[in-house]
Amino acid sequence: MSGERKIRVDLALIAGMVQPGSRVLDVGCAEGQLIEHLTQAKTCDARGIEIDMEEVQRAIAHGLPVMQGDADTELVTYPDHAFDYVILSRTLQAVEKPREVLRQMLRISTHAIVSFPNFGHWSLRLQLLTRGRMPMTAGWNRMWYETPNIHPCTIKDFFALCEMDGYVVEDWLAADEQGLRAPWRRFPRLANLFGEQGLFLLRKA
Amino acid sequence: MRGRMDQTPAGTDFPHQSVTFPEGVALDCGRVLPSVTVAYRTYGSLNAGKSNAILICHALTGDQYVAEQNPETGRPGWWNSVVGPGAAIDTEKYFVICANVLGGCMGSTGPRSPHAEKPGALWGTDFPVITIDDMVRVQKRLVEHFGIGKLFAVVGGSMGGMQVLSWAVQFPEMVFAAVPIAAAYYHSAQNIAFHEIGRQAIFADPCFRNGNYWAEGVRPERGLAVARMTAHITYVSEEALTQKFGRKLQNAEGLSTLGEQFAVESYLQYQGSSFVQRFDANSYLTITKATDLFDMAAEHGGALADAFRGVKARFLLVSFSSDWLFPTAQSRAIARALNHAAVNVSFVEVQSGKGHDAFLLDEPDFHATLRGFLAGCAEHAGLA
Repeated sequence: MSGERKIRVDLALIAGMVQPGSRVLDVGCAEGQLIEHLTQAKTCDARGIEIDMEEVQRAIAHGLPVMQGDADTELVTYPDHAFDYVILSRTLQAVEKPREVLRQMLRISTHAIVSFPNFGHWSLRLQLLTRGRMPMTAGWNRMWYETPNIHPCTIKDFFALCEMDGYVVEDWLAADEQGLRAPWRRFPRLANLFGEQGLFLLRKA
Repeated sequence: MRGRMDQTPAGTDFPHQSVTFPEGVALDCGRVLPSVTVAYRTYGSLNAGKSNAILICHALTGDQYVAEQNPETGRPGWWNSVVGPGAAIDTEKYFVICANVLGGCMGSTGPRSPHAEKPGALWGTDFPVITIDDMVRVQKRLVEHFGIGKLFAVVGGSMGGMQVLSWAVQFPEMVFAAVPIAAAYYHSAQNIAFHEIGRQAIFADPCFRNGNYWAEGVRPERGLAVARMTAHITYVSEEALTQKFGRKLQNAEGLSTLGEQFAVESYLQYQGSSFVQRFDANSYLTITKATDLFDMAAEHGGALADAFRGVKARFLLVSFSSDWLFPTAQSRAIARALNHAAVNVSFVEVQSGKGHDAFLLDEPDFHATLRGFLAGCAEHAGLA
């Protein structure tokens, strides 16, 4: 393992929500940057799941515990309360069954940390309104017929889902595309308009 | 294939490095082997804390000569590409041990050892039925013989991977990291079926003489060769065979029913005939039976995850995409059951067209993965 590296800003925001020394599962961990950071900087027992074989190989070859698998099918194989935090970063919109994945996350873990691109951002709304076509932005940059993001939602939608399924939002914030914190955390309606990503810390009620 | 083989029986009196445990071992079948000899090789040096030992478990027809020429057969070390100075299993960092399995024919106690109950005779087919767990119990004796309380890692492919699983489950306190490669937690009906063809071929050989062929100065070479030919097909992928041979003709002239026409035929025959030079038929029967009997879930009430309760080792599971003998689904099932038991597990399927044997061959992605996993574990074990 190489020494501590500077991690992506959006990952730093997530790491900020994790208590030191926790048991963490990062779902969709890519080559494991966040796991490495949590292990080294926060003495966590951090592991990952990643669907892409090449990323998995890179992570393991880097000395990180990562399992190849799909969030939709792999989470069910973990026992109840195995972790303190399960993280799903920019992946919820791409899973087959987002609601079930969330349910599994909060079954195997006390907390869930979820980030997703906000489909309610003003630029997307404006494009849809003026052009009448599916929006294309830096974050939403694939055509509708080939995007892996099959379940887009807005920050408001996500609040509604949490309420419906009985999840407590312990913390949340809206960030821009680079993951810099945007000043919208007190105002969900404004966050939904100006935040490019939503980041939520949940637990069961 | 048709010529006479060298009559020196495989696994006779060659002076392999070994240690004998006169107190013997109780086997799963209920019988007791009164004395057990384990032939082994080591590479690298054991550190002062005896914390850098890696045990390598060999596959069905492997041996203890992992990283050097086998002095009896002249064959190069079977894992030269993985074990050695600077290799993925780095003998400059780790103390590597490999033992010939119980039931083998390269110096460890097996069917060719003196019969415990009939003075002057050899065991032959009287040799007790052994299991993967028995093999591991005997390896444990060797590990303790070195004064090692905890192995840094246990690594093995195929049947070696079964032994790795058995190690982690039987002796959880003695294994820091476990790496089953191209492994399975039970032998499937298809696996058993292929083995049975091989065994039947050996039985059908008139030179088998009920397993007492040594006494009569013959060997069931045809039968053992056919067994190897059948098994060899299961070790490679269709893609690999097609790439290597396709429908290439070996002998275009003189078409006849008896002669071989296709390149793949003479390749298989070569595989068979070279195998009988180095392997003993009774050992083959004993060890194939041991793998057939392996079913880790059944031994623990049917749920694999229950077998893994109490497992402490960190795991790396590696499968190969074109392996149809122990396919990826097997490794994935093991990984999931380990997850269920809250064990720290890494799992990856390496893309390879080479089939089951890929674990023995030059697969840089696999080697890099193994090296990195061990390095990460070394850090956690305070070895780095």
